[in-house]
Amino acid sequence: MIILKDIQKKYNNGVTALGGVDIHIKKGEFVYVVGPSGAGKSTFIRLIYREVKPTAGEIIIDGLNLSDLKEKNVPYLRRKIGVVFQDFKLLPKLTIYENVAFALEVIEESPENIRTKVMDVLGLVGLKNKARHFPNELSGGEQQRVSIARAIVNNPDIVIADEPTGNLDPETSWEIMEIFEEINVRGTTIIMATHSKEIVNTIKKRVIAIENGFVARDEQRGEYGYEN
Amino acid sequence: MKMASLQEMNSEVSTAMKIRTLIRHINEGFKNISRNGWMSFASIGAVTVTLILVGAFLALILNLNQIAHNIESDVEVKAFIERTADENDVRNLGTEIESIAGVKSVSFASNDEELESLIESMGEEGEAWRLFKQDNPLTHAFIIKPEVPKDTTSIAEQVTHLDHVREVTYGKDTIDRLFTFNDYARNIGLVLIIGLVLTAIFLISNTIKLTIMARSEEIGIMKLVGATNGFIRWPFFIEGMLLGALGSVVPILLILVGYNYLDGNIREKVSFSFVEFLPFYPFAIQLSLIILLIGVFIGMWGSVMSVRKFLRV
Repeated sequence: MIILKDIQKKYNNGVTALGGVDIHIKKGEFVYVVGPSGAGKSTFIRLIYREVKPTAGEIIIDGLNLSDLKEKNVPYLRRKIGVVFQDFKLLPKLTIYENVAFALEVIEESPENIRTKVMDVLGLVGLKNKARHFPNELSGGEQQRVSIARAIVNNPDIVIADEPTGNLDPETSWEIMEIFEEINVRGTTIIMATHSKEIVNTIKKRVIAIENGFVARDEQRGEYGYEN
Repeated sequence: MKMASLQEMNSEVSTAMKIRTLIRHINEGFKNISRNGWMSFASIGAVTVTLILVGAFLALILNLNQIAHNIESDVEVKAFIERTADENDVRNLGTEIESIAGVKSVSFASNDEELESLIESMGEEGEAWRLFKQDNPLTHAFIIKPEVPKDTTSIAEQVTHLDHVREVTYGKDTIDRLFTFNDYARNIGLVLIIGLVLTAIFLISNTIKLTIMARSEEIGIMKLVGATNGFIRWPFFIEGMLLGALGSVVPILLILVGYNYLDGNIREKVSFSFVEFLPFYPFAIQLSLIILLIGVFIGMWGSVMSVRKFLRV
């Protein structure tokens, strides 16, 4: 599903974020990406949805080699990948419903489909009753659920989450994790960068630790392995 | 059969989708304009000023061209024949002139006819010339019309060298001066217009830059969820085109009203045969369309510049 071959990434300012990374993630896997701040986690995440391009190496997603991907086809790659951020990135002037629908409108989905898909996914994250509220009327956990709803409304094969519980209290974090597990059970591949020792050590999944731009550990049902 | 109908349905669906998308883009374009308030107003103002000047210069230059053209097509070469030439010489000369390349027609005017037309053209003062009827000082002449006005000089030149030709005259100087004046007007107009067009483009691109910045969050999310670059760009294109088109409204009204006034009032006062303004219809309509097109072009160009710079999609 996702194959990284000897990926190197050096930014224009001279910083080497990744020094040679080989990772193979299968369809339907749930993977935590852990490691110290600035070790290359975010770069790894951004490479997958083609926010940045590698300096060397190959990334293959669903049989598609990203080096061969033309700039104008990047949007079609992104439609297969849902992305969730620490800071939710919701549009404050749109309601919850509109925020989720926006993701479908801009890829020119038909109105009939938008209505059903949005209501379905709001049901999944348990926010059907808040559809007409605005983001600032919701708690942090609820806002994150909206952003997850937006990420998965188009049925992507892969969901990438960059510290999705980073801004949330522990209790809310568990609720969010439940949703990710639910999505994973439905067959979606999940890649989550996280700093939460509790989550990684409690909900056991594959753990990839990135340190100084290299894969330091890659274990099924692994431990977090760092002191918080 | 089933396949075909399925395909047809698909194409219908996608056309419907495109119309809906287009409506969305136009909506967004209008929203952007009202969102940027004063900056939009400034852009539209810049386009308006530019287009008023463009319109005025175009109307002036095109009319001058027309006048010059009218005069030019009236041009004829007059070859005066030496008194010593007999009838035979005159006939030979006529054939020779006719055989010159580019000559459309040659007509003979006897000295009596020349005098008659001179007397007529001078009105009452011409009466004095009647005295000369007894002993006509004028000579016979050939009146030569060139095929194309441009050939006037070369035809005149060739006729001068023929036997029995005393003198050749033609109204080339007047036309040359008119054309020189025309060129000046055109060049000054062009420089002014280019400067103003650039200013208008700059202002529009700045206005659109503001929209892009105000909506950077939204654009970021659009990119993230896989909106195509075209989809992201379109509203800004439309915003630019609308700014340009709105800027052309006042200039077009001015052209229609102003030209109609000129057409009605000046035409009668200027009664030289060669000064003939281009008629209101279709000229003013064509000019209005040109102004609208230039406005839309300015708007599009402004948005292209902005989108390129600030929207690395």
